Amino acid sequence: MKQGLKTLTIRSSPHIGAVSSVDTIMFNVVLAMLPVCLFSIYAFGLSAVLVLITAVVSCVLTEHLLCRINGIPTTVGDWSAAITGILLGLTLPPGLPLWMVAAGGVIGIGGSKFLFGGLGCNAFNPALIGRAVLQAAFPAAMTSWMRQTQGRFQSLPSSTLTVPFTKPVYVDGVSAATPLSAWKFEEKATSTPDLLMGLTTGSTGETCAILIIIGGVYLVARKMMSWQIPVSILGTVAIFCTILHLIDPSRYAGPMFHMFSGGLMLGAVFMATDMVGSPITHRGCVVYGVLIGFLTVLIRVWGGMPDGVMYAILIGNAASPHIDHWIQPKVYGSAVKGVPS
Amino acid sequence: MAVGFEQEQSVTPDDFIKGVWKQNPVFVQVLGMCPVLAVTNTAINALAMGLATAFVLLMSNIVVSTIRNVVPKQVRIVTFILVIATFVTIVDYAIQAVSLDLHKALGAFISLIVVNCLILGRAEAFASQNSVARSALDALGMGVGFTLALLCLGGVREILGAGSLFNVRLFGESYQEWVVMMLPPGGFFTLAGWLLLINWYQQRKSRLQEAKESTL
Amino acid sequence: MTNDSTDAGPAKIYGVVLSVGLVCALAIVTVDEITKPIIRNNRIAMRQRAILEVLPGASTSKAFQIDETTGELKPEPTDSEAAGLVFAGYDDNDELIGLAIETQGMGYADIIRILYGYSFDKQAVIGTSVLESRETPGLGDQIEKNANFLANFESLDVSLNAEKSEVANPIEFVKPGEKTEAWQIDGITGATISSRAITKMLSESTGRWIPKLHPHQADFATREKEAP
Repeated sequence: MKQGLKTLTIRSSPHIGAVSSVDTIMFNVVLAMLPVCLFSIYAFGLSAVLVLITAVVSCVLTEHLLCRINGIPTTVGDWSAAITGILLGLTLPPGLPLWMVAAGGVIGIGGSKFLFGGLGCNAFNPALIGRAVLQAAFPAAMTSWMRQTQGRFQSLPSSTLTVPFTKPVYVDGVSAATPLSAWKFEEKATSTPDLLMGLTTGSTGETCAILIIIGGVYLVARKMMSWQIPVSILGTVAIFCTILHLIDPSRYAGPMFHMFSGGLMLGAVFMATDMVGSPITHRGCVVYGVLIGFLTVLIRVWGGMPDGVMYAILIGNAASPHIDHWIQPKVYGSAVKGVPS
Repeated sequence: MAVGFEQEQSVTPDDFIKGVWKQNPVFVQVLGMCPVLAVTNTAINALAMGLATAFVLLMSNIVVSTIRNVVPKQVRIVTFILVIATFVTIVDYAIQAVSLDLHKALGAFISLIVVNCLILGRAEAFASQNSVARSALDALGMGVGFTLALLCLGGVREILGAGSLFNVRLFGESYQEWVVMMLPPGGFFTLAGWLLLINWYQQRKSRLQEAKESTL
Repeated sequence: MTNDSTDAGPAKIYGVVLSVGLVCALAIVTVDEITKPIIRNNRIAMRQRAILEVLPGASTSKAFQIDETTGELKPEPTDSEAAGLVFAGYDDNDELIGLAIETQGMGYADIIRILYGYSFDKQAVIGTSVLESRETPGLGDQIEKNANFLANFESLDVSLNAEKSEVANPIEFVKPGEKTEAWQIDGITGATISSRAITKMLSESTGRWIPKLHPHQADFATREKEAP
């Protein structure tokens, strides 16, 4: 490009006409996720540290290498690969073998982001694609949840350092059911304070609902995230679950349980709000949120799996271009519906 | 195409080669995706499906080419489908007689060979206009290309999904299977991977060719 | 084009289609006639394999049909393919090993069909074999492979109550590692639905058939010797 010549740089969405560019937003997202990461390390110890580091390193490295191979300037500096890594790490079970974590990062960045053209061109949230593939490929490892044990800072679970491409070995009694699977398969409820404070088993970063909410509020306050999406997702889940709970409280858990358990909070705040995969207009965002909330409850209550947030968001991602198509803002000055101008 | 003209075209090796590589039914024409995705979870299933399809393709191409000058064009599709369906039924019985386990693994997809657009496509586009020898060669090439492509998918899926190839274990007992590769999504992933690889190769080749031509 | 004479008369059109159809029909009938006995033998052999698998020690088998209302027992030819058959397995000395009974039920993905072996002496299920299943590879298909799960069926108690009218303790499903009684089935982690489905099938089938079949022990044991 010639010097001094002002040219229009075409950038991928988000197109927010403010000082904030992609990298400042992304940096603040990392900041908002920091408390969640710290709590996950507190809760699950060394294994959470390793899972998070491995996920971030594999995502960033994949992005960097793919850029190099294709002879384009590396896009690692925009923080988006790092965010994908953190999100991936936060959604994985703490005792997952590290080679699977790394595989998830490569698949997420390489398969769902880079092949589609890099940041802004991916239809789906790369972290969730990575997790979805891992879930489908290694269902047993992806549903072995570690307890929060005493010796978590001294030793690693036997499964973490499994040799690549081999099966992890689990020691008896280390794993436990998550609140959602306990409810689904054993009809055992978990108390709401425990869910809020993160005193349960689950993915590294999904346990503590309060810290996730704080991170979300921070981003909304700095106008770097649309509040419509998380609010409509959580609202839909709350309303839907209340109705079901009123019909039969013994079969359907209450709204508090559903809102604060599993990956819903993490998904609603940090994943569904990913600007690339969500609709552009506010009204579109509400439709998108309602869809995700509805699907989440549908999968949780009637599906074969305990949690359905991941699939709900991916389906929401797939639907968002259509939502944008249907809900187009009226062009100023155009004719009122049905009346030819 | 005039009737008298076709006989002048002699049999060339290209009739065979094009089906294997340049016009590979799976990787280039992307035809017959239903069996390609559904029954390639192991190399044996893929091979059986490929051979069954190749047999139907060969026989129907020969018959269609033989009767091409007798069949009135208004009813040609009906006649072709009749011929194809007959050979599919024969293959179906033959596989049941050889191995019930194999028949169970391939399921409804044997009967579905009849709707594989590759077969009717070759009958209509090639066999109905060319001599028996050329049609047979064309079917052989397409059949081999189809079988090879299925094997490519089935091999990758079995190695990743079960740690074995043709039921022979490749890795130790502790190998972690990628379960998804044995499931339907694995078929899509593997096909996408192969298409990516082949298109990348083709594009690179044509770029190099262009570069060479421009320097000349 | 296939035929240059664009105005082929109806006689020719009918003639060609009919004759092609006729030839095709003949070809199919011929192949069917040739392969039918082979396919039938394959099916019987497959069934025989499964019967001998669920009745360890058995080397021959015989088919019976039981009338559910009268409880009457009727021998059937070994290669019979009638519905609702029960198979008695015998060892090399023609001693009765037990019965093989087929049952089916809804699994996670599709209907699962299984064959299970019942021993009169032990009053227990002594083996199962999955005849048909489309359960998820790696998870649901553990019902065919998982050694811990299959160990449940080495001797699964289905003894009758004092009145011999029903199974004393219906087969029960428990969570992995929590089996305490001989009539409980230890589930599989990650295949809860599939292993529950097997339990349900077995529980229903044994509850229905064992009380009816158990009184016939002598019939099963002697009939073989009458008709060697």
